[in-house]
Amino acid sequence: MKMRFLLLFSRQGKLRLQKWFTPLVERERKKVVRDMTLMVLGRPPRSCNFLHWKDLKVVYKRYASLYFCCGLDDKDNELLALEVLHRYVELLDKYFGNVCELDIIFNFEKAYFILDEFLMGGEVQETSKVTVAKSIEASDMLQETMEEYMSKPAF
Amino acid sequence: MALKKVKGSIDRIFDKNLQDLVRGIRNHKDDEAKYISTCIDEIKQELKQENISVKANAVCKLTYLQMLGYDISWAAFNIVEVMSSSKFTYKRMGYLAASQSFHDGTDVIMLTTNQIRKDLNSPNQYDTGVALTGLSCFVTPDLSRDLANDIMTLMSHTKPYIRKKAVLIMYKVFLKYPESLRPAFPRLKEKLDDPDPGVQSAAVNVICELARRNPKNYLSLAPLFFKLMTSSTNNWVLIKIIKLFGALTPLEPRLGKKLIEPLTNLIHSTSAMSLLYECVNTVIAGRTVSGSSGLCVGLSVCASLCVRLCFSLSPSVKYLGLLAMSKILKTHPKSVQSHKDLILQCLDDKDESIRLRALDLLYGMVSKKNLMEIVKKLMLHVDKAEGTTYRDELLTKIIDICSQSNYQYITNFEWYISILVELTRLEGTRHGHLIASQMLDVAVRVKAIRGFAVSQMALLLDSAPLLSGNMQRKGICEVLYAAAWICGEFSEYLEDPVQTLEAMLRPKVSTLPGHIQAVYVQNAAKLFAAVLRNGQQGSQEGAAVQETIQLLTDQLPIFVQSADLEVQERASCFLQLVKYIQKLQQKDVDVGEEVTALFAGELNPVAPKAQKKVPVPEGLDLDAWINDPPSEPESEDEKSKSAFAEEEPQQPRQRHREVDEKELARRREERKQEQANNPFYIKGSTPAPKGYQDTMGVEHIPVVQIDLSVPLKVPGMATSDKYVKIEEERRKRDRAEKGKKKEKKKKREKRSRGDRRNESGPESEEDIRPAQTVDIVTEEMPENALPSDDEDRDPNDPYREAVVATSKSTTEEPADPGQGSDTEDAVSSFPLRCFPDVLLGPLGVTARDLPAMHFMPQKSSKHKKKKQKKEKEEKEKKKKKQHRVPNQEEEESVQNGTVEEEEDPLPVCDVQGNLQDSSRVVVSVIFENKSSSFLKSMEFNVLDSLNAKLQRPEGAGPHDSLSVPFQLPPGVSNEARFVFSVQSIVMPQKLKGTLTFIVKSDDGSSHEKLDFKLHFTCTSYLTTTPCYSDAYAKLLESADMKGSSARLQGVGLPFQHLLAKICFHHHFSVVEKINSCASLYSRSIQGHHICLLVKYTDQTVTIDAKCDESSLLGNLLDEIKLTFSQS
Repeated sequence: MKMRFLLLFSRQGKLRLQKWFTPLVERERKKVVRDMTLMVLGRPPRSCNFLHWKDLKVVYKRYASLYFCCGLDDKDNELLALEVLHRYVELLDKYFGNVCELDIIFNFEKAYFILDEFLMGGEVQETSKVTVAKSIEASDMLQETMEEYMSKPAF
Repeated sequence: MALKKVKGSIDRIFDKNLQDLVRGIRNHKDDEAKYISTCIDEIKQELKQENISVKANAVCKLTYLQMLGYDISWAAFNIVEVMSSSKFTYKRMGYLAASQSFHDGTDVIMLTTNQIRKDLNSPNQYDTGVALTGLSCFVTPDLSRDLANDIMTLMSHTKPYIRKKAVLIMYKVFLKYPESLRPAFPRLKEKLDDPDPGVQSAAVNVICELARRNPKNYLSLAPLFFKLMTSSTNNWVLIKIIKLFGALTPLEPRLGKKLIEPLTNLIHSTSAMSLLYECVNTVIAGRTVSGSSGLCVGLSVCASLCVRLCFSLSPSVKYLGLLAMSKILKTHPKSVQSHKDLILQCLDDKDESIRLRALDLLYGMVSKKNLMEIVKKLMLHVDKAEGTTYRDELLTKIIDICSQSNYQYITNFEWYISILVELTRLEGTRHGHLIASQMLDVAVRVKAIRGFAVSQMALLLDSAPLLSGNMQRKGICEVLYAAAWICGEFSEYLEDPVQTLEAMLRPKVSTLPGHIQAVYVQNAAKLFAAVLRNGQQGSQEGAAVQETIQLLTDQLPIFVQSADLEVQERASCFLQLVKYIQKLQQKDVDVGEEVTALFAGELNPVAPKAQKKVPVPEGLDLDAWINDPPSEPESEDEKSKSAFAEEEPQQPRQRHREVDEKELARRREERKQEQANNPFYIKGSTPAPKGYQDTMGVEHIPVVQIDLSVPLKVPGMATSDKYVKIEEERRKRDRAEKGKKKEKKKKREKRSRGDRRNESGPESEEDIRPAQTVDIVTEEMPENALPSDDEDRDPNDPYREAVVATSKSTTEEPADPGQGSDTEDAVSSFPLRCFPDVLLGPLGVTARDLPAMHFMPQKSSKHKKKKQKKEKEEKEKKKKKQHRVPNQEEEESVQNGTVEEEEDPLPVCDVQGNLQDSSRVVVSVIFENKSSSFLKSMEFNVLDSLNAKLQRPEGAGPHDSLSVPFQLPPGVSNEARFVFSVQSIVMPQKLKGTLTFIVKSDDGSSHEKLDFKLHFTCTSYLTTTPCYSDAYAKLLESADMKGSSARLQGVGLPFQHLLAKICFHHHFSVVEKINSCASLYSRSIQGHHICLLVKYTDQTVTIDAKCDESSLLGNLLDEIKLTFSQS
């Protein structure tokens, strides 16, 4: 499973999260994002979750108001990608407790951190939900909270 | 100092954090851009401060803005600053920003090397983790080179958290800096045995990706992965491994054989759709490339699985089912073709992607028999389709389907022309030129169709709608181009040229695009010539000529004024010509001949190779100088030029290669075969298709010439539907005729008792004869063209081999006539199996009981079968070496039953049931001659029981034996099929049989006999049928289910394997599995439901079973017990 990119966007086509597992220059990224939102948002409901775009397979799924969309190599397993997307949603859900779009908007860096513990370089890094949750918790412990940050004197 | 501190704190209170920024953006929906630009200004200010927390906050906001599409590359250096903070909070933020915004071209990356190295070696594992994660996004060749060693050390870190990240990032490093692969690989391989499952799966991931790029180097790891595959229960890892094997099997065909059991087990036992799909893909891939015999089992399972997927309610799964089917179709069209109806159904799906997939599939599925039906369906869809893109897609697909491989599947070109005409009625299509080129192509190349085509084209020209306004822009008017040309060029077929001429000269024509008008004018001239030609015959036509001339002189000026140069020029030429002819006519000069001569000569397509085939005239030496070469200049730099020129004559083009006689003869033979199989290549001496002749085995029967059954002229616009009916009738008539012929043949050749099933079976592909004496005109070749296609083929042409190979395979297809009818129903026949004991022969042969687990789909192509047999033979030999010790570990093997005697054929057999016919079972027997003598006149007979009867041809007595339709030279094997009708399937049974044959050796011939036993088990009547848990629950509740149970003790297998074994050997499918308890389901060919509940505790297996037929259940449980006691 070699994921090329993962995008989260809303029904209005607003990007909520983007992760590029292979580096691309800004211009190309924008083109991909535009094409993806156009293609995916144009799909009628209850149609199949796979599309072809250039030489990539595009797998997308809608969760509530958010579309999760990723690009795969031609030989990759689409169903597995769907499961990866679902697993990510589950992880978000566990972390935020009934995740909604606003959680991801306001804590977008957390969403990235969770993703980084789950996927790396487009590969599934950890298949166990428990382990992912544990490592996120542990690194969060290291991080100061916003209140601490505000009350700390500056040097 | 204190003041500064206070100032910093106060500043931060007014600083926006990320939340504020997001809220702000949401509040400024109207002037978002303006708001963000002020924010960016603020951020720039913040970045100038020394306080790292302020900077980190700014970078965090920038990362958010970057996602919204704003350029933040100017802040790259600040990001590096934040990355190098010692605080995890900031470091994390910095790395996130870097991974989001850095790419290969970011120049500050080179400043980060040391910082990253420091983080990698940090005592805090999360620092290291963050650095690795970030690195995975922006690693460059330089970074890889510099950090490869550090990362390699991390692969052996004490914390699995770091190990797995390090292993994964190694893949990226390998890509950027390939030199690191060699030193790192041993350690990577080590990680496959890592105690932590996460690290292990990461290592599998990386090696799989590497192996997909370059499979050859990783073949040696196959055993290791095989072990992992059979032991792993993690689906994520399994999928990876299976994918890896998918890449390896093409290189190592033996792998395919080895894989088939674990894969089939997985397919049967897994509930994860993604894993199932991966297995299917790998089996298909393995089949496609290696064609290894082992995987043919898998293919039949796969084909039925794909069908199962297509029935799924989820559109995604349906889509993938179709996708997988199209992969099977490429190599094994037969196994997919039978599901035509299912695929046609998918055309009705709401989802456009599914419809497009189905269309793709249809393209590969058409045959002569179903073309009309499929196209008719598609035409219906064309009418219904909403959205022009999909409709255009349909249109092109219809044309692609019909025209593929040189119109191979079209049996009636009138039908095709009328389809094309119907397509022109489509509104707003962009593919007018496509239809037009098809019309031209067919009209030019199929001579017999010209009359019909012309009449249709004349109607098209006459019909107004094509001319009307908005259609023109979209390109459908291109059709008129073809119509005008066809009417003009083949004007001799026109019924009423004057009327067509009138239609072509209507004022409205001048609104058409220029290039079409030009064709109109030119072809009007041709039509005029035709009118003049007719005009010579009588006075009435003479008046018509006058009228026509009047018409032309009236209408042509419109075209003379055309803005298009081409139209203008042609029209004024033509007008002058008409005026001149008018003058001559008034003087009563007959000009018909001369005008016709202007357009004389037939336009024929020229073969692409024609130029090459022009023979070089005698005495012409292309290499010789025509004039003497200029005298060699003496100067030095000129010399260097001539040195270059000297090289040229060293490589003269050898046009005529020396080809030895044998090779020539072989190629000629091949070509003849190819031509014989090409329905459009009609040769005088062999009027009937070859495949048909082969079936009959009689070449001397004169083939009755059948009259054209289709009226060549259909009044009015043709509708394609009509042809479907006509065609059906015609085929029926043909069949009747053939039947008669066969009868005749029967009388003549009483001795040859062929395979009767052929007649009752559905019409095979080869039998369909094209309607009309339609042949595609052979393309024109120059006179004295070289006689052979092959002689001038470039020996270095890489495609040459390919061409030879294709022609071979095409010749082989129809050479398989006996299977014609079989394959038709074999598609739905599910493999059953039998346990044949081959009994003591009269020659004192020992017999053996072998667990026979092999089923062989009949769909497999000939090559595959041959290989399989070879393999059997090999196994056979191996067993002999082992002194006939039953080979336990080979229980999955192919072996069925054999007789080991030097002089006898070895029947190996296999039973298959047919789901649709609940009482019919097909037994395939492979006869293999292991002796050195020639075996002939083999006769197969089975003593019928009350329950099972061998189906004999009509008229044969109940004890007559069936002759095996082939002879066996030494060392050759072949397969014959016998059909049995079975009454009751609740009991296993054995049938005794004999095979008699004549052994012919140098010192004479003798009659020999061989006894054998066919064993039909109860499991062989079961078919793997999926069942859903709710339906299963209902089934269990129903009253007419009778229960029974069995206990197996001392089973050492893991539960997973146990289940797989039951599923595999006894055709069950898993409904639900909870811990060490599972429910299974299967169905017999006569519709009995069998439910099993399998529990597993301490090596003891309890099976509670329910079935609506208690004796079947009892026997089945006995068989299951037997399976496990044997292992």
